[in-house]
Amino acid sequence: MNTQANAISESPLESRAAATEPVPPGQLMYWSVRRELWENRSIYIAPLVVASVALFAFSLSSIAGIWEKPLSLNPAQPQAPYDMVAGLMMLTLIVVSVFYSLDALHGERRDRSILFWKSLPVSDVTTVLAKASIPLLVLPLLVVAITFALQWLMLLVSSAVLLVSGQSVVMLWTRLSFLRMSWLLLYHILTAHALWPAPVYCWLLLVSGWPRRATFLWAALPVIAIGGVEQIAFHTWHFAKLVASRLVGGDAPTVVATSPDIFPINPMTHIALGTFLSSPGLWIGLAIAAAFLAAAVRLRRYQGPI
Amino acid sequence: MAYIEARGLRKAFGTTVALDGINLCVEEGRILGLIGPNGAGKTTALNTMLGLTPYQGELRVLGRDPWSERDQLMRDVCFISDVAVLPRWIRVSQALDYVAGVHPRFDRTKAEGFLARTTIGRARRVRELSKGMVTQLHLALVMAIDAKLLVLDEPTLGLDILYRKQFYDSLLNDYFDRKRTIVVTTHQVEEVEHVLTDVMFIDRGRIVFECSMEELEARFLEVTVHPERTAAARALKPMHERQALGRTIMLFDRVDRQQVGAFGDVRPPGIADLFVAMLADKPGNQAGQTQGAAK
Repeated sequence: MNTQANAISESPLESRAAATEPVPPGQLMYWSVRRELWENRSIYIAPLVVASVALFAFSLSSIAGIWEKPLSLNPAQPQAPYDMVAGLMMLTLIVVSVFYSLDALHGERRDRSILFWKSLPVSDVTTVLAKASIPLLVLPLLVVAITFALQWLMLLVSSAVLLVSGQSVVMLWTRLSFLRMSWLLLYHILTAHALWPAPVYCWLLLVSGWPRRATFLWAALPVIAIGGVEQIAFHTWHFAKLVASRLVGGDAPTVVATSPDIFPINPMTHIALGTFLSSPGLWIGLAIAAAFLAAAVRLRRYQGPI
Repeated sequence: MAYIEARGLRKAFGTTVALDGINLCVEEGRILGLIGPNGAGKTTALNTMLGLTPYQGELRVLGRDPWSERDQLMRDVCFISDVAVLPRWIRVSQALDYVAGVHPRFDRTKAEGFLARTTIGRARRVRELSKGMVTQLHLALVMAIDAKLLVLDEPTLGLDILYRKQFYDSLLNDYFDRKRTIVVTTHQVEEVEHVLTDVMFIDRGRIVFECSMEELEARFLEVTVHPERTAAARALKPMHERQALGRTIMLFDRVDRQQVGAFGDVRPPGIADLFVAMLADKPGNQAGQTQGAAK
């Protein structure tokens, strides 16, 4: 029956349709991502606010001379405050990503605008991929850029304070391998905070397309249930630990750890990109993430306003 | 050629049957009014045509299967489902940018031209606009798209009479060009009946009546019967009878104009009256008893 209907109706239409080229997929993706940035301004406002606060606090402490002492007393670790703010920015990244993902497919259903988006020639695949790209690519890169700028400003502030107080900036600038620190940050965020937690973010994104309300509850309940069953049955916490360490990038095999430091940049003296890329954990995680996204695409096809 | 073609279109939500085997064929250049009580299945019917909901049976819109090809279909189809679907956070300029970015047939200059006639500022967010302005914005976006089929589901719901009139006026004057097809559902039947070329009554998931406006005017007559002629008029079996201002008004189907002209004033009936005549007397159709199944 389909072929018959095609034969009847397609010829005159196709000739008219051919006059207009469809919009290239890249352009559809570009505008879909821009839409997300317009809608969720917290994506860039939150990291900027945290960075500003961190810079303010650092400037205060520099001027008050609190950081100078560790600088002069402990020249072996001049990067400590830089690691500290990097850690803070990563925490911000995780919090914003979680909240964004939990609302990704929920917001457009809640405000009925899904009917507007679906009235335009943008496929569900494009929409879901654009939404997934926020926690998996856009936000990590944005946080790297903001952290990089923040650390530069910190370096300028501490240099200014040192110069004003009549000390030499040579030690600060030679001890602090700034470029290396920035590369490590980029590497660490893209591996441990984008690729590694991908299944968690994609799960949150999938769940955001399902319930009418309380997306957080629906996202957390299965984890709590599985964790609870495991604890009662086997008295272990493997599943809960697995999810938690995925989310914070804790157990990502991105480096050959040399010291058990709490700040992620510090032990990264031995980048292990090969180990990371060949770890089954990464690929299993990405496969699960892809399955969640495929389910989210399917779900969005069926969903309307709530 | 047929823009919309449905055969045995069916949709059920659990045990509620929203569409019960609809057959339909809408040609190029028509303005079809889909009229029905709440929960009759109008919105469901439109949603199946727009690829918003899966269905059973055969359905082709512009030669495509809407459910599996929604994004391609939307290059040639536009819809306004009701006034409240533009995202509240979006700025007018962003809405223009976005539609221009994703729609191959959007003419930005045209949209800017429509907006220039209104007082809507480019930097305003939708949430700051009045309901009427949001509709103007949505209509400006949609009319700037060179689509073949426009679907309107209660497009003027909740608007005051000035905006409603303006809405249909601009649609007719600036948009409709006999190459396009418009399908519209509304409760304000009186406001659309002069623009329609075809009308379709839908009730409990079935099409109960369909005809073109010319046919409707030729077929049905409404007579305000002189009191002393009521008995004679009833002998011709009017399909409906109602009282208004102490006069009896009868609705006739396929009668001789001369013959009924003798009973009183004759005029073509309004769609609303015809609709009431055909549907209101059926059991279960009194207000409040129709079950909602359209959402």
